[in-house]
Amino acid sequence: MSELLDLNLVEASKSLKNKEISSLELTKAYLKSISDTSSLGAYLEIVEDKAISMAKESDKKLIDGTARPLEGIPIGIKDMFCTKDIKTTASSKILENFIPTYESTVTQNLWNDGAVILGKLSCDEFAMGSSNETAAKGNVINPWLKNKKMSPGGSSGGSAAAVASRSALAATGTDTGGSIRQPAAFCGITGLKPTYGRCSRWGIVAFSSSLDQAGPLARTVSDAALMLNSMAGYDQKDSTSANLKMPDLMDYLDIGIKGKKIGIPKEYTQEGISEDIVKFYEKSIDWLRDEGAEIIPVSLPHTKYALPAYYIIAPAEASSNLARYDGVRYGARQEASSLDEMYELTRGTGFGDEVKRRIMIGTYVLSSGYYDAYYLKAQKVRRLIKEDFENVYKKVDYILTPSTPTTSFELGKKQDPLTMYLNDIFTVPASLAGLPGISLPVGLDKSGLPIGIQLIANSFDEPGLISTAKVLEMSAGFNFIADGAAR
Amino acid sequence: MPNKDTIVDVPTVNKIARLSRLDIPEVNKESLTNDLNNILGFVAQLDEVDTSNVEPLASVTGHKLPLRSDDVNDGNIEDLILKNAPESSSGFFVVPKVIE
Repeated sequence: MSELLDLNLVEASKSLKNKEISSLELTKAYLKSISDTSSLGAYLEIVEDKAISMAKESDKKLIDGTARPLEGIPIGIKDMFCTKDIKTTASSKILENFIPTYESTVTQNLWNDGAVILGKLSCDEFAMGSSNETAAKGNVINPWLKNKKMSPGGSSGGSAAAVASRSALAATGTDTGGSIRQPAAFCGITGLKPTYGRCSRWGIVAFSSSLDQAGPLARTVSDAALMLNSMAGYDQKDSTSANLKMPDLMDYLDIGIKGKKIGIPKEYTQEGISEDIVKFYEKSIDWLRDEGAEIIPVSLPHTKYALPAYYIIAPAEASSNLARYDGVRYGARQEASSLDEMYELTRGTGFGDEVKRRIMIGTYVLSSGYYDAYYLKAQKVRRLIKEDFENVYKKVDYILTPSTPTTSFELGKKQDPLTMYLNDIFTVPASLAGLPGISLPVGLDKSGLPIGIQLIANSFDEPGLISTAKVLEMSAGFNFIADGAAR
Repeated sequence: MPNKDTIVDVPTVNKIARLSRLDIPEVNKESLTNDLNNILGFVAQLDEVDTSNVEPLASVTGHKLPLRSDDVNDGNIEDLILKNAPESSSGFFVVPKVIE
């Protein structure tokens, strides 16, 4: 078993195509991993029969020479993606029995390329959270420290924990303000949020439509590139989908970064950031310099205002998107004698506390008399944040920052919503600007928890992002496996 | 934006809850009001930013909403649409009585 689990996605794909292994044995090894690591709570739904039948189908294609790019690769899907005939709950009680009658574009793209579904992965409820603790069925445990229950991050906490514990070869995630990058950082894996518009949002449970973007969580930069190759693509069914072909990212892995300019924003080394993270941030700068990049200090002056702008815009859009959960067309319903009472009880009972807080904030900032002061103001600040990046990209090719101010924290320790929001302080700015970002592990802190570093590229420069991330990955040489991973 | 700490009171929270169609149990109202005030106080930092000549940004893509020809490209899926409904009858969604 162990040798099968040791293979990363690119290696497994090669072994499958060389017929050294079969998808059926690989898929079975992962199904066993899922059961061995079930105490982590990463999976909400396991679809063993479907996984086996898809693996058998893949094995036929591998034998007859018609293998597709992800043929026979077992992956996990964040529960924000609608999967036909497979329960999709967005980790919410209000959708506890929802079985989509259609497939999201991103997951369909993955199946069209031969990937095998293992199951659905837990996340924060409606992707609102940074610790996976808002999930209706309880938190997920970070596989890194066996003696303490640490958060896997969120909202794609189940996806990150599954990849880190080797109970999925890769996973999908969604990122609105950091929900792929922050959990990837906490779990010692690679997480990529593409440019807004790269991946179709069709069939993904909507949270904040001007920010939501799907992306991969994987073991390595190459694995993430291979996943995104399949996930991305124009889709007429998403009006914000970019009609722009993404080049094959696998062609950009070994380009190097000689002569590239890397911006170091002074606003990202503020107080409150852990010493170990600063140390590895500085190391990362040195590594990139040693590989031939030019390091340039830059300034993104409105960084401080990204989080407050985000916590107006995202809840505003959420309050509007979540209006659809009314107990009429789908989702749970609470019986009541009047229609209004039915709405209120259904929503009051079906949503968790964090979701309710965000709906309330969103409703307030959009309400008559407050719209200009809050919502329009935040949209104006959003433009300033985007312009900060535009100015910096006149001088540099990529921006390097820490992914998070701290490494993972103990579950149940952060009770105050605002303290939780600060987790996303380094990931939110790129989200507001719609830019692609990647977090990759570069080292461990004193307590043995992974440290993530973030690279941000200009719009639609995923190829360059991959080249640069690959150089950083090689220099860092991070090859630790989580304590709680399946072996 | 008004001063921190006193941005919303319980009657305002009741009003927002009503607009949001959320039933909030009485016992939770005080702590919810506190949370909302903390969050609204935090976002009030934006007042420091001079945005007098800045246009609001609603979409980062900058592209125009694409149009397609007005053709039917789906349909005859009544069963699928009603499949997840809590209550349906004769091809309709059923809701509690609206008119007395």
